[in-house]
This record gives sequence, C-alpha cells and structure tokens, in this order.
Amino acid sequence: MNPALIVFFVLAALSVIGALSLILQKHPIHSALSLIVVMVSLAGLYLSMGAEFVAAVQIIVYGGAIMVLFVFVIMLLNAGEEEHTDFSKLAKFGGLPLALALTGLLAAAMIHHAGSVPNPANPDALASTSSISMMLFSTFVYPFELTSFLILIAIMGALVLAQREKT
Amino acid sequence: MNAVSSFLAQSGGFWILTMIKIALLLFIVLTVNAYLTWFERKVVALMQSRVGPHRVGPHGLLQPAADGLKFLFKEDVMPGGVDKFVYLLAPFLALTLALASLAVIPFGPNPLPFKFFGHQIDLWITNPDIGLLVLFSITALGVYGVALAGWASNSKYPLLGGLRSSAQMVSYELSMTMSVVGVLLMANSFSLTDIISEQDSSRWGLLGWNIFTLHGGFPQIVGFLCFFISAIAETNRVPFDLPEAESELVAGFHTEYSSFKFAMFFIAEYTSMITVSSLCAILFFGGWNSPFPATPFWQFAHYIPSLILIPFGLWIIYDGVKYETIFGKLILPGIGTAITALGAVLIIFPAVNEYIQGPFWLLSKIFFFLFFYVWARGTLPRLRYDQLMNIGWKLLLPVSIANVIITAGFVLFRGAP
Repeated sequence: MNPALIVFFVLAALSVIGALSLILQKHPIHSALSLIVVMVSLAGLYLSMGAEFVAAVQIIVYGGAIMVLFVFVIMLLNAGEEEHTDFSKLAKFGGLPLALALTGLLAAAMIHHAGSVPNPANPDALASTSSISMMLFSTFVYPFELTSFLILIAIMGALVLAQREKT
Repeated sequence: MNAVSSFLAQSGGFWILTMIKIALLLFIVLTVNAYLTWFERKVVALMQSRVGPHRVGPHGLLQPAADGLKFLFKEDVMPGGVDKFVYLLAPFLALTLALASLAVIPFGPNPLPFKFFGHQIDLWITNPDIGLLVLFSITALGVYGVALAGWASNSKYPLLGGLRSSAQMVSYELSMTMSVVGVLLMANSFSLTDIISEQDSSRWGLLGWNIFTLHGGFPQIVGFLCFFISAIAETNRVPFDLPEAESELVAGFHTEYSSFKFAMFFIAEYTSMITVSSLCAILFFGGWNSPFPATPFWQFAHYIPSLILIPFGLWIIYDGVKYETIFGKLILPGIGTAITALGAVLIIFPAVNEYIQGPFWLLSKIFFFLFFYVWARGTLPRLRYDQLMNIGWKLLLPVSIANVIITAGFVLFRGAP
C-alpha cells in the first residue's frame, strides 16, 4: 500500500476517534482534550497535503488559542462530570435514520463525483505562505477585511458585556 | 499527497541518520540541562556571596548527577482523587513539546565534511520552510502541560497555579509572536536558516545583525526587548514565575508531582530556556554569523575559539591536580588536556577552525542568553499579578505592534536588507 495513504488513514482514523470521544466522554476536560486531538490530526492531514502554513496556523489558532480558552473556562468553572439523560424520543426515532441518510448521501456524492474533483496542477505552490498571502491581500481582500470587521465587532461586544456591571 | 510521499520515500540511510541525530541531540541537551541547574545555582550563589553546591565532586560538579539519581529513587506518590489519565499526561506533554521544539533549530551553517550512506550531515534535525511557525505552534500547545497538571492534581494550589500560568502564557504569546514579525518582514521567510543568512555580517560585522541592521530595514532592538521579556514570561521564569510563587502557591502547578514526574517539568522548563536562548541568538543576534567583519583586518577573530579553549583547558588542569581523589589524578586533568588539545588543533588545522566558527558563535550567544536568564533570576524581584498582566497587554503588545508598523514602513521605502 502507498505509504502516503497509510499516513492519511492513520490521521483520519485519529480525528474520527477523537471526534467520537469528544461526544462520548463524560468529563468536559476529557472532551476538550479529544477536540485537541481532532485539531492536531487535522493539522497533520493539511501537512500531508503540502499545506504547511495552514497546518501550522491550524495548530496555533485552534489547537493553541481557542482550545486553551475552552480548557481555561472549564478549569475556572471547575465543571464536574456530566449527568446523562435518557435519549430523547426524537433523537432515537428521527435522528438515527437521518444521520444514516446523510452519511449515505455524502458517500454517494463522493463516489459519483470522485473523478470530477478539480485537481490543482501544483498544490505545493498554491499552499505556500506567500501565495496564500497574495490571494488574501489581492483577490480576496474585501472578504478578508470584512472578516476582520466582524472580529472587531465581536471584540467590542465582548468588552461591552464584560463592563456592563460597572455602569 | 506529494509532500508526504516524497518524504516517506527517503532511503533507509536518511531514517537511521535522523535517528542518530535525534538521540545525540537529546543526550547533549539533557546533559546541558543538568549542568544548567549547576550553573544557575553557582552563579546565583556568587551573586549572593555564597559558595553554592561544592560537596559532591570538585566545585559540586557531580551535583546534577546526584540530583538526577535522587529524582529517580524518590517514591512516586500519586495523590488521591486525581484524574489519573490527565495527571500522567501533563508531564509527558510538557517534556515532549519542550524537546520537540529543538528539532527545528539549526546549529551550524555547513554540513559535516563526510557523508553518511550518501546523505549529507547537516547540523540540524530538520529545516522546514515554516521553522518559526513550527516553534510557535509547539509553544501554543505547551500551555496544556502546565494547565492540565494544575487541574488534574485535585488540589487548590496547583489549580490556582495552573490557571495563572495559562492566563500568563496566553497573554504573552501574543506579544512574543508580534515582536518577531519585524524580523520576518526583513527576512521574507519563516525558515530559520534564511533568517540567519539574511543577517549577513561579512561586511559590517555585528552591525549587520537584525538588532542593529545598518544596511537596510529597521533596527529590531525594540522587537528584541519585547521578544525576550515575553519569552521569559512564556517560560515561567523569574521575574515572571508567578505560577510557582512559593509564598502564595506552595510550588504552583507541580506541587502534587513527585519523583521523576516533577523532574520532567523541571527538564521541560530548562529545555525551553535553551530554545528561547537559541531563538534570541538566531532571530536578532545573527545566529552563527561572527560579530566581526570578514575583512583581512579582522582575520585574527578566527582564533578566538582557540584563545578561549586553551587557557580554559590549562586552568582545568591546574585546578584539577589539587584534588587528591580520582578527579585530581585522572578526570579533571584529562578533560583539561582534551580541551587544550582541541584549541591547539584549531590553530594547526585552519580548515577545522573555519568549520567550527559558525557553531562556536551560535553556542556562545546561546550561552550568553542562558546566563542572562540566571542573571535576571539573581537580581529581579517577582512581579505582582496585575503588574504582569499590565506589562503584557498594555506595554509589550502595543509596542511590538508599533514595531511591526514602523518596520513595515522602513522595508517598504528603504528595501529589505
């Protein structure tokens, strides 16, 4: 078997197992740790496709900053083990068939369009740091700036919420 | 999957060579770590007019070995009610991440003159195009070791220490990352070897380093100060060692860890000191570039390694023969002779001398910054927690952002060096 394929399957299995464990773990910290495993194995998948910059940013932003915040909040609230409730009737009778249908639909779509997925001529060149920044600051400059406005609004909202008690 | 298949298609010699390099680097770094504790205790003792460790071996030189043995043979206590998996995971995470960051640090410019099964032997384990980003992503994950250790211990003081340190590390990561952007703008690359070769010192000597950079760009002295202060905070060292403030929190996040698990946190801390010192040397102080220009007038600077090694070796012989034990008869004179002989070899064989220049200057700079760490520990009092947060968010972050903007302007109008 192609060694690159083995790497892919190991990382993919790791991320799926992490995602499952995220849902099934009872303790919030264990769930957060599983989510970190998912993030890091996704970064590994990006790396295996030659997208070094995206992989590093994935770890720095998601694995580092965001998940540290999750863990921090869980620690600060000292959240204990979750209590398990009974499965709701809706989830039992509606959810399972719907989930199976979605899986089937996705699988069918992937098998049907496997041949027609556009294959970039040179993925390494497209994924390099300089080409990503060229795209961000030329072709996609307006969406990029809009996103930063969105983040700015979010920061201001957080500030307002945090300072509400003072006024 | 081009990248990964071309990487996996390397021949067996490459894998063996890399394994040997990793083992060698781990051995060297762990030994240096052990002697760093000795060095720190000695220097702090001298600063406080004490003697420091002096019982075990000459000048206390075997103290690290004694400490290591003690760590190994102490009872490994696991406190009751801990989250076992996370409790055991935390020290492993801390140590693994600290050691992994050494993999991308280049220690010398030229590969060794001989080949290993047709593979050239570079003085680094790997040199990715995103070297600096790899280091930052490892630093970003490094918070977990501390935070999880504090949480898993099921005790109040470690929890407070873990909370403090994760808040501190997250805050200082920002200014640390922003302060190197100026360097990246001038080097136009994330690769550490590219950053070093951009700080060419052949004409201007040390004025070509990023911290002065007279031949283009903008001097990064402010960036360096921001980086070094944030890095000290990031490694939880004095004066930013609030996570382990003894008077308030016993020993902070590793209070409940005993025996070798405690040692793992300790080794992780010292390893990240080495990483930060190498980063300071590489990013701002020219890496392996000599501080002297490469003109004929400065040719004598090539003999500086010998000029340091020979007197040092002779002094070890002179000092060693005073001891009546096996140290005086064999070990210390032996080491002294070896060091003196190395200095003599460098004078006799100019090719060897030429090769040793790069690693020599890089290691001297790393050593200087390690000394600086100890120096800061010996002199500065610990900050209060609100002061720490104020420095991080209200001083270092705005200053490093201003540094990025000014550097970007200079690079735009004056051109990169």
